[in-house]
Parts: sequence; C-alpha cells; structure tokens
Amino acid sequence: MASYYNSEDLKKFGAIGDFGAKNLAQDFFKYYGDVFAEGALTSREKSLIALAVAHVLKCPYCIDAYTTDTLEKGCSEDEMMEAVHVSAVMAAGITLVHSTQMINKAKEVTM
Amino acid sequence: MNPVKSLKAQKHELGNTQYQLDVLNDSGKLGHHFPLFQEKLAPIGLFPLKPTQIDIFQINVGKMCNQVCKHCHVDAGPDRKEIMTQDTMQLCLDALKKHPFKIVDLTGGAPEMNPHFRWFVEQIREISQEIKIIVRCNLTIILANPKYHDLPDFFKQHQVEVVSSLPFYTANRTDSQRGNGVFEDSIKALQLLNAVGYGQEGSGLTLNLVYNPAGAFLPSGQAGLEREFKRALKTKFGIDFNSLFCITNIPISRFLDYLLVSGNYGSYMEKLVNAFNPVAASNVMCRNTLSIGWDGYLFDCDFNQMLDLKVTGSVKHLKDFDFQQLTERDIVINQHCYACTAGAGSSCGGEVA
Repeated sequence: MASYYNSEDLKKFGAIGDFGAKNLAQDFFKYYGDVFAEGALTSREKSLIALAVAHVLKCPYCIDAYTTDTLEKGCSEDEMMEAVHVSAVMAAGITLVHSTQMINKAKEVTM
Repeated sequence: MNPVKSLKAQKHELGNTQYQLDVLNDSGKLGHHFPLFQEKLAPIGLFPLKPTQIDIFQINVGKMCNQVCKHCHVDAGPDRKEIMTQDTMQLCLDALKKHPFKIVDLTGGAPEMNPHFRWFVEQIREISQEIKIIVRCNLTIILANPKYHDLPDFFKQHQVEVVSSLPFYTANRTDSQRGNGVFEDSIKALQLLNAVGYGQEGSGLTLNLVYNPAGAFLPSGQAGLEREFKRALKTKFGIDFNSLFCITNIPISRFLDYLLVSGNYGSYMEKLVNAFNPVAASNVMCRNTLSIGWDGYLFDCDFNQMLDLKVTGSVKHLKDFDFQQLTERDIVINQHCYACTAGAGSSCGGEVA
C-alpha cells in the first residue's frame, strides 16, 4: 500500500457494504441521509457542523466532501472558516479544561 | 483577474465550437470517458428528445457586453460585434405575431447594448399586453454609461421582468467570477431597481436573481440559497427581490476553459454525470423553448446556440419560421446537456425537479 489516504477512495465509501455487513452499511447510510435532511436545523447548518467535525477529527475525506458541500449550499468563506474556528477552540478548550484535573491533583499532593 | 478579451478575440482554440465539442466528446487526448448523454435518455423514453409545448421565445440580441465574466457561455465582451439588426428583430416580431408565445426572454451579451433594444421592447409590448417580457440584465450596464441610467424606468414603463445574475452576496466571490467592482455596481443597480418598485411587494414588478456557482461545484438547494440571499442582501444593503434561480454552469466556452486550466474538468463532468436526474431530464427547458441567435438562426437553447448546434429539420432560420414543424423536431443533444439534468436540474428559470 503506497499511502493510507487516497482521494479516489472517497468514491468507494457508499460501497463498503459490498465487502461485508451489508445490512449495517444500509442502516448507516439511511441514518446518514436522514440526519442531513432539512429538519429543525437546515441542511446548510448541518453541513457547516459537519465541516467543523471533519476538521477536529482530522478526516481528509470529510474535509474534501464538506468543503464542496458547504460551497454548494452557498456558505461564505467567513462562515466556513468560523466553523473551523469553533472546532479549533472547542478542541483547545477541551484540552485546557482538563487542566483542572491537573490542578486538583497537584494541590492534593503538594504542600 | 478576469480576462480582458473574449476567447474569440484571443484566437483561443476554445473560441472554435468544433474544438469544444471535440473536448466534450473526448475526441482529443484528455483521456476522459463519460457515457453519451443519449444513453441516459434512451432507457427513460426520452430519446429522441422532443418539445412539449413551446411557450418561450428566447432571443439573443447580441454578444456585446460591458463585462467579461470568467464563466460566460456566450464568450461575450466589449470586443464582440455580433449584434442583432433591426431587420432580424422584425423577423422575430413577425414570428411573435404568428404564434402567441407566452414569454419573450431577451438575453445577450448585455441586451441593452443593442442600439435597437428599446425599440424592440416597445414593439413586443405593442403586440401584446399579456406577453411576459424578460430581460436578462447584468445590472452593471445600468451604471456603465449615463444613457443607461434610466433603464429601471424604461423596464417599469413596459412591464419588463428583470432577471439578473448575482453569483453571491459577497464581493469577493462575485468579483472573482464577474470582474473587479462588479459586486459594488450590482448592489447600486439593485437599489435603483428597488427604488422604482422592482422586487417590492404589490408593485407587480418582478426582479429575480440568478445564482451560479463561482467554481467547479454544483448549486444545491435553491430554496435554502434564496433564504440566505434574501437575508444577507436585506440586512447589509436593504435590497429586496422576488426569487432566486440556481443555474448550473455549463461546461462550454469560458467555463470549459476554466475547468481545463484549473484541472477540474474530469471531476466536474463526473459529478454532472453521476447526478443525472431523470425527472430533471423530462423537464429540461429546451422542450418548451425556442432560442433565436443574433443572426436569426434557430436553436434549441442558448447553450446549443453558442456551440452552433442549429435545430434539426429544414426550418433553420426565422425567415422560414414554421411553428408546427419546429414542434415536431428532434432536439439536438450533446455532452454539455448533463449540466441541465444534474441534481435538481437547471434552466434559465432555475431548478426544474
């Protein structure tokens, strides 16, 4: 295997059920479709959330897919970048809020 | 940076319509193989593609334009001199008198730059008060020269529906497609149209906007985009309009050039082919439209016109206009037609499915 990530593989995503566990794949893609349909949130808002999640979970396939999807849904550059900042600041905050554990432990064991 | 000259003036190979068709049909060496469009139509009973009811008489009054947009399928610009003469306009009027089309759709270029434009609109309105006259106004023409400043009043006087391109509600994305400063001038022009009543509730003056993607991606969700456009334009600029039409960029002329130069041609065509929608195919605009070229030749749509794909049959020019024969013709299709059948479909009036 020359590399672990290949953009061409994104096109194969819908066919993962052909390898095995077809029913589970079908259930997943049905769920996927339902989640991204217009609902209490618009599909546009959901696409921006997906773009943010794609970054924080560092999925190149999803970044590719949801950059295109947000553009197609008419999101501006500022909206897209602000969504990524939300994921970035959440990741930073999640790291920093754990420092309370460190502080608690440090206080517990120090004079 | 937008091109200063049209492909034709640059003597670019894509200024040759046969070269464009060769690219689309992979007669060259690009190595892309896509199924023929007719192979998609045949299994759903749409080949040969036939007209349904021809209601729209779309007239391209010339290729001259004050803008040189990167995606323009007409390859329009200030250097294009192909302009419809008054004699050819008279042939259009004769055809309109013979057959009661519901809509006359005036396009270009910038149609207002044709010196006989106002006369033509007046003559069409004289034929019928009921007929809907649409002008595809690029907005900036209203500000381009003092002689065009009263266009909003002229449109109002003759009850003309205005359809205008605005690729996005931000300057950077609009200007990247249509040229520097186009967004700012477009906003001013929209405000002038609003000031005479266009887009205002109860005025009866319709102002529709056209969104087309500023890049190698498809439009998605016309209703959602319309909401965003209305919110953004009202909040930032106090602008009102009626409807937003989403139009997919057709892979011909300057947009084809962009796709090839940017390396997006293969993936864009693949996207169009994979998004083929049979419902959109049955509602394509060429089934209810007749497209007239600046020189009076007849086409199935403005895109076929720009590829010089004339209608089939013996009636090919307005001087031989025979409505019955035109209703029975086979519509000319080619690989670019995938753009009108992708996803929710695309037409001069937006989504079709």
